[in-house]
Amino acid sequence: MRFGVVVFPGSNCDHDAWYATSRNLGQSAEFLWHQDTNLKGCDCVILPGGFSYGDYLRCGAIARFSPIMAAVKRFAADGGLVFGICNGFQILTECGLLPGMLVRNRGLRFICREVRLTPATRNSAFTCDIPLDAELRMPIAHGEGCYTADERTLDQLAAEDRIAFRYIENPNGSMRDIAGILSAERNVLGMMPHPERATEPLVGSTDGLAIFRSLVSACPVATR
Amino acid sequence: MSEITPEIVQSHQLTLDEYQRIVAILGREPNLTELGIFSVMWSEHCSYKSSRIHLKKLPTHGPRVVQGPGENAGILDIGDGWCIAFKIESHNHPSFIEPFQGAATGVGGILRDIFTMGARPIAVMDALRFGPLDDAAAGPRNRRILSGVVGGIAHYGNCFGVPTVGGECVFEPSYNGNPLINVFALGVFKRDQIFYGKATGVGNPVIYVGAKTGRDGIHGASMASAEFTEESKQKRPNVQVGDPFMEKLLLEACLDAMATGAVAGIQDMGAAGLTCSTCEMGSRAGTGIDFDLAHVPQREIGMTPYEIMLSESQERMLLVAHAGRENEVLDVFKRWGLDAVIIGRVTGDGMLRVRNHDAIVAEIPSRQLADEAPLYNRPYTEPLRTAPVAAPAFVSNDLTGDLLTLAASGDLCDKSWIWEQYDYTVRTNTIAGPGLDAAIVRVKETDTSIAMSLDGNGRYSLLDSREAAKLLVAECCRNLACVGALPIGTTNCLNFGNPERPEIMAQLVATIEGMAEACAFFDAPITGGNVSLYNETLGDPVFPSPVLGIVGVMQTVLPPGIAFRCDGRDIVLIGGIGAADETRMGGTQYAKQVLQQMWGLPPKIDLEFEKRVHEAVREIVIAGLAETAHDLSDGGLAWALAESTFKAGIGATIALDSGLRPELLLFHEGPSRVLVSTSELSRVIEICERHRVPAPVIGRTGSARLRIENRGDLLIDARVSEVKGIWSTALESALHAETHV
Repeated sequence: MRFGVVVFPGSNCDHDAWYATSRNLGQSAEFLWHQDTNLKGCDCVILPGGFSYGDYLRCGAIARFSPIMAAVKRFAADGGLVFGICNGFQILTECGLLPGMLVRNRGLRFICREVRLTPATRNSAFTCDIPLDAELRMPIAHGEGCYTADERTLDQLAAEDRIAFRYIENPNGSMRDIAGILSAERNVLGMMPHPERATEPLVGSTDGLAIFRSLVSACPVATR
Repeated sequence: MSEITPEIVQSHQLTLDEYQRIVAILGREPNLTELGIFSVMWSEHCSYKSSRIHLKKLPTHGPRVVQGPGENAGILDIGDGWCIAFKIESHNHPSFIEPFQGAATGVGGILRDIFTMGARPIAVMDALRFGPLDDAAAGPRNRRILSGVVGGIAHYGNCFGVPTVGGECVFEPSYNGNPLINVFALGVFKRDQIFYGKATGVGNPVIYVGAKTGRDGIHGASMASAEFTEESKQKRPNVQVGDPFMEKLLLEACLDAMATGAVAGIQDMGAAGLTCSTCEMGSRAGTGIDFDLAHVPQREIGMTPYEIMLSESQERMLLVAHAGRENEVLDVFKRWGLDAVIIGRVTGDGMLRVRNHDAIVAEIPSRQLADEAPLYNRPYTEPLRTAPVAAPAFVSNDLTGDLLTLAASGDLCDKSWIWEQYDYTVRTNTIAGPGLDAAIVRVKETDTSIAMSLDGNGRYSLLDSREAAKLLVAECCRNLACVGALPIGTTNCLNFGNPERPEIMAQLVATIEGMAEACAFFDAPITGGNVSLYNETLGDPVFPSPVLGIVGVMQTVLPPGIAFRCDGRDIVLIGGIGAADETRMGGTQYAKQVLQQMWGLPPKIDLEFEKRVHEAVREIVIAGLAETAHDLSDGGLAWALAESTFKAGIGATIALDSGLRPELLLFHEGPSRVLVSTSELSRVIEICERHRVPAPVIGRTGSARLRIENRGDLLIDARVSEVKGIWSTALESALHAETHV
């Protein structure tokens, strides 16, 4: 399977996503420069964590206008897999691929901590191999990760089985403990926790691999 | 007729003797711009004029030292063709004036020192000193400063994408008017990819890259100059504003530019900005730089040559490219959306020649400017001591209560409120993060990891600066031993008061001499650092506050943690109970938190014995025999045991056999001791015997209580959850009042 990791100038988890997918998962991974529009034939585009364009305005507010995002939106519309992690999730909400938005954490401080997640659906390429009773440990590291949407949207997400992950102990005030959500077509996932930082024992957890392995098993062209 | 009056000289914090020296170097009177240039280069901050003759006493060589003091950062060889660059710097004064930006730009400055050498920063740590949060008068301000400093460090490091993996935070009234913010950074690179701040190659283009130059951060001394204030209309704050996104772009662009092979030399513009980078790069290469200020990207209109040369605007670098290949460099910066402009050329005449629209506005020999600042052998007497020698009478009637007092104290309580605001997992190299004895980051491209320990103890230093410095080196190396790492090098940050006071100067001299002895003894040469003097407010100096960062190497493996992991393990006190008396209790946390006094002397240390303890512990850890390992330091044996119970909630039952009175036995801070819990007792004992180190088995892990008895007397009996509860909420409750300020 071929992953494409988008590099915005302020991305700082781009290398982590590349390392997790290429070295720890054993798939191929390419960097995609923000000013390009060529997705290099990848099967899954990762929008990594970081501060895309500094994010002094609103996280991801400028990234949505970048050339690569036009290509990513077309790719998603055609059914391509798009995976936004942390800042990537913020960008996905800013550009309209996912509903709702990420606002400042309850408590108004940046939080870096290991959290526990539980998957809320197996019905997606990202979660198909994860048992519903699984408990996944992985870090969060964000200042603006409080998932917020109006009641109708939240109800709709729940009704359409589009909540991908929930926090077991909500660290940031996210509504309905939401840690990650899917698009209506179920091919776009955004989540605040960092699965790419939990892909080998040395860094404390391998639970993030469950998501990447789901992608590999769901992807018809994956080399297993 | 000179425009320089004695008042102008004085307002630049230069003495008349120093001024005469400038006249002698130039062979004429300087103009105002030249005077400003000299004043910043010859400031204490840039020239180390008070400390340099003593810093020469430090050991700076060793088999792994690739670059010692004098460059932007020290460099050590870690094997397999890879090196680390590391250094610590203070940003004390700016952080007091504007905590958030002061601390943020402190992080920015040290990161540039690392990547200007070609290394990618992979770890930051910070040593913080504040006044007490509950201080009757200064408490609200101290809380505001702490929150601001932590927010600033988080803002800069998190956005830049470097993990802040550890540090320490201590409170003393002596820091009420003068907090200390020391930031350590470390980067990695290949040995054949090192870049130096040298302007080599006559005719090579000199390129300015990064942020535009503004009026921010212009040297405080210049504010008093009449000419300057008349032109500038308003006084700008002396603290700069940091832009971590810009710094991130600068990092990536600089590393990309270096990879083209077109870069001959590079240096960041930190303190003294364009002045320092141009003259130092010329001085190191034996060349000069001739450049025109008209080409310097500027954020404001109407800036004078004086202002441009002295601006400390952040996120700027000076780079020398190989002639004919400048476009390769310019293209890289364009790709990252950064300004990059050729502002001049390297010359062979050794002169720093500054033009403004072609007209020469300053012309100074680089070498004399950079390296011939006056050196002072300032008089020193006996170190200042503001504590009695004799111990007061003290007897505890509630040792368990004393332990809870320690748990609730600012120095010993849980600091996760601070370090959870730092991204410590980005870059996925963090094997051991904040809250442990030593932090560890692995170097992905090798099988080697870097362990780092940052430490300081102002109380010890006040009581005996020389012995305290040795204790400090020993403690850092002990922390490294606890994770199985071998110390290989040191960086130091020396925070002191006014060196013109002989009793303060004496503290500095004794500290350096003690440090020199111990660093040589532990084979941890000093490769760079920073001296921060004049840390006083209204004549009240801070405690002498050396902070050390010692780095070690180890194979990439998970280290034992500090917290007990299983019931029924034997607990061994490697190094033994140690010796203590009342006099040497005076600098301990027990004296500070429980008795609220300070007296006497710091603990006694035997360096030979200490080293044997390290060797034994390192061997035990590397052999995988230690399930947990935790060194004894602040709070002594009882506190080290308590800390070992917190994470998993697993307690211990301890039976000691000592003739020491209980307060000393439980809380003395004698060095050379490490707690190990193990299921491999006989092998642990065998190794300790071989290293001639006592290793009494003092108890077993298990239960949800911490029980300590000595010769049948029950001294402490506490529920782990109770101690932990106090420990984990103390900082946040101390800060709680903050919202009302």
